[in-house]
Amino acid sequence: MSDVLLDIKNLKTHFYTETGHVTAVNGVSFNVKKGEIVGVVGESGCGKSVMSQTILRLFEEGTVEYEGEINFNGRNLLKLNKRQINKVRGNDISMIFQDPLSTLNPVHTVGRQIAESIILHQNASKKEAEEKAIELLRLVGIPSPEKRAKEYPHNLSGGMRQRAMIAVALACRPKLLIADEPTTALDVTIQAQILDLMNNLNEELDMGIIFITHDLGVVADLCSRVVVMYLGEIVEEASIEELFDRPLHPYTQGLIKSIPQLDGDRSAMLHTIEGTVPPLTRVPKGCRFAARCPFADEKCVASAPPVTEYTATQKVKCWHFEKILKNQEGIADVHTYS
Amino acid sequence: MWSYIIKRLFSLIPVLFIVSIVIFSIIHLTPGDPTTYMLGEEATPEQIADAKKQLGLDQPIHVQYFNWVKKAAIGDLGSSYHMNMSVNDAIMSHIGPTLSLAILAEIVALLIAIPLGIIAAIKRGTATDQTVMGFSLLGMAIPSFLLALFLVLLIGVKLQWLPVAGYRPLDSGLWNHIKYLIMPAISLGSIQAALIARMTRSSMLEVLNTNYIKMARAKGVVERRIIYGHALQNAFLPILTVIGITFGGLVTGAVVTETIFNIPGIGSLIINSVARRDYTVIQGIVLFVTFVYVMLNLVIDILYGVIDPRVRLEEK
Ligand SMILES: Nc1ncnc2c1ncn2[C@@H]1O[C@H](COP(=O)(O)OP(=O)(O)O)[C@@H](O)[C@H]1O
Ligand code: SF4
Ligand SMILES: [Mg+2]
Repeated sequence: MSDVLLDIKNLKTHFYTETGHVTAVNGVSFNVKKGEIVGVVGESGCGKSVMSQTILRLFEEGTVEYEGEINFNGRNLLKLNKRQINKVRGNDISMIFQDPLSTLNPVHTVGRQIAESIILHQNASKKEAEEKAIELLRLVGIPSPEKRAKEYPHNLSGGMRQRAMIAVALACRPKLLIADEPTTALDVTIQAQILDLMNNLNEELDMGIIFITHDLGVVADLCSRVVVMYLGEIVEEASIEELFDRPLHPYTQGLIKSIPQLDGDRSAMLHTIEGTVPPLTRVPKGCRFAARCPFADEKCVASAPPVTEYTATQKVKCWHFEKILKNQEGIADVHTYS
Repeated sequence: MWSYIIKRLFSLIPVLFIVSIVIFSIIHLTPGDPTTYMLGEEATPEQIADAKKQLGLDQPIHVQYFNWVKKAAIGDLGSSYHMNMSVNDAIMSHIGPTLSLAILAEIVALLIAIPLGIIAAIKRGTATDQTVMGFSLLGMAIPSFLLALFLVLLIGVKLQWLPVAGYRPLDSGLWNHIKYLIMPAISLGSIQAALIARMTRSSMLEVLNTNYIKMARAKGVVERRIIYGHALQNAFLPILTVIGITFGGLVTGAVVTETIFNIPGIGSLIINSVARRDYTVIQGIVLFVTFVYVMLNLVIDILYGVIDPRVRLEEK
């Protein structure tokens, strides 16, 4: 599998806080191929951000412990020293975050923030870097980039800020971009524009993208593969077709049912999964989803289900997915014939 | 920018007006008056009445006030009853030592406090952090006169490294000038240092937790540059506020330190003038100090804009 860009194996992230020890990411494995867009979906609090920031080891040392492997270009990122990981950050792998206003430094100009990575990683002079910064601003679709480069983040609109942040992330043409809910803070029109931009950039630059969102509706147009996270674990992984045609995990099914239908009956009650994601201090012993799952039984409560490979591209972590699947096909048949 | 500064200067007028009324009333309502001190205990009532008439103190208080305000408005604060010079000259001849002392104390405070505050923030929760914060608590708890006496005994009397007290003007040479001010500056600056160190630490901690610092890390910026290139400038606004407030206190609140070290500054002047009921000088100093405070605030506000582009926008 030489076309694999990032290969994560049994990754765990432990935090040691004043109140005790929690494991925010608990044995996550998946990979991203060159130029591929993989979606990571799950409600808020499922560990998506922690997982993504773990890839670049962004948590404060001394409070955190990582376990497992993050193989990138044949090297395990968890084994690199400080200098080596700093060379990967912003150069081979970049990140963009949810809220562009709080993620751009308020006292530095937009141009300077883009140029900084270029100077840092490419030995460019200040002038070269500034010219490149303007090019990048143009690439992400910011009008009059020469002028914008000299402005501060607060001078830009929300959509422009997110574009500027993407420009910062793209500065060194990374092989992998991790986008943590990049459209959540934006309104619907701008959201569509940013998704478009990400799609184009993926094609133009042949850059792998991990696209994190709590909104399954967004991943359909963008991603070729999706992993679904619940409470620090991956409960299902599937190609985009499989995921929407035949979701196997009850959690995935719940997420799909809760996608708001723009063309659907507006008066219909929006489906929501009952209950909320519990805090990490109250992780259930058996299946982590059992308390909210309509199909849970004693077996589910007693012990955690294994991961089953249903097809070459679809995996699920559930005891009863086959039974559930049969039932649903039954219901679907009834619907078809009635 | 300029219109903002001019607007701020105009807002100074009502402040000075109110302060002048308050100080005028307090002075004239407290018992005792300058003539007692001018003529001595044995003066006859006629002599006293005569002197009062000469000074204009026989007139109703509001008339006195308006006479004074009329002159003050054009910068004439009147003349001292005792010193045979104008109040303006009295202030000017005493401001030098006070300013020198204040600036030196602030420099001492900043040199100690900012690095320590940053280190404490970077090493939060460690023994280093606790030591720095412990010293800062000590710095705030020890009264400056106690520290002054301790310094005098140790460095001045026992080790004889620095002169015990006194003052030499800048004309007598820079080192000669500074060596008399080092101990007063340390004893005066220690409380400021404690306050600034605390503010630096908490402000840095807050900034180091923000998303843009996380973003800088994600770009591969090394830790040193994160602290000095990204965090410090953002953390500086609240630090600047504390510097402004404490510096105002240094210019005006050095009374005890100036007395202990026998420095002929504004603090000494006001003590002597209160003792002599030298009304015009007291009024003049209070007005002057208020003016300095407001100007200092204005400078700080302008500096905000230099440090933070978001503040610049609002000022336009
Ligand atoms: N630095 C941290 N220390 C301790 N717990 C954390 C830390 N960061 C996140 N968590 C916990 O990890 C869990 C997952 O959080 P997060 O990754 O932000 O979820 P998501 O991005 O999916 O919304 C949450 O329960 C959160 O409280
Ligand atoms: S294992 Fe049981 S509780 Fe967990 S998702 Fe499957 S059916 Fe639901
Ligand atoms: Mg998140």
